[in-house]
Parts: sequence; C-alpha cells; structure tokens
Amino acid sequence: MSKFQFPESIKSRPVYGTLEPRGDVAYLLVADAEGAEAIYDLATAGAHVARNAHIIYLPNETGDKYTGMLQALNPAQLYIGPSYEAALSRIQRVLSNARMGLQVCLSGTEGLMGKALIEVSAAGIPHSAVQFEHSGSVARRMQCVHCKGITENVSTDPFVCSHCGLNLFVRDHYSRRLAAFQGVCIDAEDPGNVPDPVELYS
Amino acid sequence: MNTTTKPSGSGAQKMDVIVEAVTPLNDLVTRFDFKRANGEDFPTFSGGAHTVIEMQDGDRVRLNPYSLMSDPVQTASYSISVRRDDEGRGGSLFMHNHVKVGDRMRLSTPVNLFCLDLRAKKHIFVAGGIGITPFLGMIAQLERTQGRWELHYSGRSRALASYAEQLTRQHGSKVHIYFDDQSQTIDIDGLLSGQPLGSHLYVCGPAGMISWVLGRAADSAWPSDSVHSEEFLAPQSGEPFQVRLCQSDKTIEVGAHESLLEAIERAGVAAPYLCRGGACGQCETTVLEYDGEFQHRDHWLEDAEHASGKKIMPCVSRFVGKTLVLDR
Repeated sequence: MSKFQFPESIKSRPVYGTLEPRGDVAYLLVADAEGAEAIYDLATAGAHVARNAHIIYLPNETGDKYTGMLQALNPAQLYIGPSYEAALSRIQRVLSNARMGLQVCLSGTEGLMGKALIEVSAAGIPHSAVQFEHSGSVARRMQCVHCKGITENVSTDPFVCSHCGLNLFVRDHYSRRLAAFQGVCIDAEDPGNVPDPVELYS
Repeated sequence: MNTTTKPSGSGAQKMDVIVEAVTPLNDLVTRFDFKRANGEDFPTFSGGAHTVIEMQDGDRVRLNPYSLMSDPVQTASYSISVRRDDEGRGGSLFMHNHVKVGDRMRLSTPVNLFCLDLRAKKHIFVAGGIGITPFLGMIAQLERTQGRWELHYSGRSRALASYAEQLTRQHGSKVHIYFDDQSQTIDIDGLLSGQPLGSHLYVCGPAGMISWVLGRAADSAWPSDSVHSEEFLAPQSGEPFQVRLCQSDKTIEVGAHESLLEAIERAGVAAPYLCRGGACGQCETTVLEYDGEFQHRDHWLEDAEHASGKKIMPCVSRFVGKTLVLDR
C-alpha cells in the first residue's frame, strides 16, 4: 500500500482522510496514479458507489497498472486520460450538470487533489464537503512567492524555481486558492549559500 | 460606524428612534416602522440582520430581537414585524398593546447571524409563519444584485400568511406559498433533489420545521455548510433560582418569568449579549460552581459543553438546584 502518513505540521497544511461511501447519490471521483486504489476501496466499501460514479482517472506514470481494476468496477462512466489539462473540461462539464447532493471524492497526489478542488469549489461545493485520500507520490505543486510561477512535482527541498531560477525552500504553508505550497528564497541574505537538496520526507 | 449611535455597556450600539407607523397585517402580526429620533439615516444592513428593540414596560426593560424586514438600502426607516405570542413572556404583547405612533424607543444597530452566503449560485429560502421576516430583507438585497433565488413559504392560512400576497405579486413564480389549512405542504425532498450545484438553503420558522428541513437536507447529502437556519428562542419561564455572581460580588434572584441574563442586568451588572435568543454565543458565561441541574436551551454550546457543567448561556438557559456560581 502506497499510503504515506504525513507528519503533523502547521494548520495551513492540508490533511487527508480515507474515502467513505455516503448516500445513494451521484459521485464524482477524480484520481491520479495510485489514487485508483482509494477508488477501488471506496467502491468495495459501498456497493452503490460504482453505479452512481463518474470516474475521471489519470494514470500518469503508473500506465495501465490500475486501469483494469477500475474498469472491473463497472462504474456509470469511466474516463481515463493523459493529463489533468486533458480532463479539465470534462470535470467542469460534470460539475455544471450536477445537482446538489453530488459527492466529490479526490484521491492521489496533492497536486491533483488541490487542482480538482479549485474546480469543485468554483462550482459551489464547500471544501468541507469534499473527501480526500492521499496516495502515491509526495511531490508537491509549489508556487514561487517571488515570481508567482508554479513548479509541479517538486520532490526535493530546496529546489530551483522553474520560472525565475531562485533557490526555494519548501514550506508547509499552503494556498487552497492556488492549490500550491509556498516556496521562499533560501539564500536571499547570503546568495549562493544553498544547502544540498534532500528528498521530501526522507 | 455612524458617530451618533450611542455606545452602551453591552450588546450592539443603540439608536433612539420614533415609531413612525403601526400596521396590523392580520390577527397575529403587526408591522412597526421606525425613524431615527435625530433625523439622520439608519445604517444600511445586510439581509437577514436583526435588531434588538428596547421596550420600557413600566419599570421593566424588555429587550427582544426581531429580524429587520425592510429593504437593506432604504435608510430612512427600519421595519420589523411582530407576531403576537399570547403565551409568551409579554414582549410581543407589549409591542401589540402599548406601542403607538410617535413613541420613542431604542433599537440596536443591526446584527446579522443569518446572512446570505454570497458565493451561492442560487439561494433557496424555506420559511414558516413569522419566519418569513429575515427573507424579506434578503430578497430585497438579491433583487438589487440580480441574485438567483426562490422562496417556499408556508403559513397557517391565506389570512395569516403575512406578506404572501405582496411577495407573489412582486416576484411571481419565484415565490411558492403553502397554506396549512388547505393541507398544502412543501415537497422538501423534490425541492432538495433538483437544485443546481452551488445552491444554498436557508430555513427560518418554528423549531419543528427547522429540524425537519435540516434533517431532510442531510439525508439528501447536502453539505452542512450549504444549509443555514435561524431560530430565535424566547427565554422560557421556570422556577425562580438564586445565583452568585462572583466577579460582581452579588447574589441575585432569578424570577420565574425573567431570564438569567435579565436578572443579571436588573442587578446592574453589564453582561455581554447580542441576540438574546441562544444563537450568537455572545453571552456565554463560565460556571464556577454548581449543585443542581442545568436547563440548557441554546443553539450555541456543543452537547459536550452542555454536559460539562462549565458553561451556560444566560439569555435562554435556566438552572434548578441549590447552588450556582457564575464568573460574572
């Protein structure tokens, strides 16, 4: 099992739970990579979930490892796509057609869950009503607080901003609006004095 | 903040007002319109706000909260609608029987514990009886901003459903009226299941109606943060009891027909309050010592806090027993 226990941190840092079946209502399930396992567990825990579910799944680097498992759930709709950008218009359309009562469950990497939550919130579902389960990579979507550029899949601390090239310290300070953690210049006072990058949570 | 509002020890600031009109609407409900005594405008408010009206009833001061039901941007006057409660403690009867055009009274500045969630894609209002009043201000506000809304309003009968006719005339198909005496009821499950994502539900009315609607919304998998309700509780009468106010070094007697908060105020102790109806949390008071049983009635404290014996909301809750010592 690829479940990772994040250490306790500041209040800003999102915490994730375990997906649980709720009522016999419509479900929108968005997952990437190992997040498929959370969907499988959810559908196993609640027999009514799959027949009510629109699953949007982005295998990314896991390829077809989990796709057969999701097909076997026989969900109402299953979309398997190459990227979040490719899936975005589908997510937006599902939300625009949905009625109150829709259950949204997000699973997989923090970047995917955070970006999907932006759409879900914009559609009017309070974030407190959305379920999350983290699985897979602990790499982060980071915003450089200096140039505001976003660097995806950051797995080391510090890292180099992919936009402005500053050396950034990985903070737990999170923005739900941007779906990104904040990266702050680590050598501002003493340019060039940059600690060696270490893997996050190593 | 308007500089001519008077600060007072507790509660929101007070404004001197003159009763401009008293308009009976039906057998139970009368509307009161007020203007500022100093000739100035009232502050604007947000739909759903209430004011606490101060009634000088002989040597007794009554303070009752009422929803503001006028258009929030009409600053020349404020309006409230008061339902006569013959079984109540007398505030509404005082308004109905004694308040006349030209009388001077005091109103608090508006306080809103039941505001619109402006992120909503659509606002759905469910009102029962006099619970219609906060929605009148909300509707006026949304009409001005082209907000999307619909109202489901149930009243006892055509005659007693205050403002039903006016609402239907002004807003047509957005307004759905149900009369109990014609056995018309709100199809709550149908209503809840058909709403677009991003809708918010607001309910105001009798306690039974509120818990019914909240329960059906939860069963329909509506997010709890998309559902809002307001119920002002009136303090209930009960056995008199004695209270020790530790900070003020006073021992007071709470009468059968007054609230603990009123008794504290009568003793000259300035206790914080806003809504006086168990909803806002402002009057939360620490219990230092007790020997007896609490009669908790508020909507503020959690069940665990009620059970802990460490907190009481003096605006609506009472006590039966030998000793009660408050940190006040």
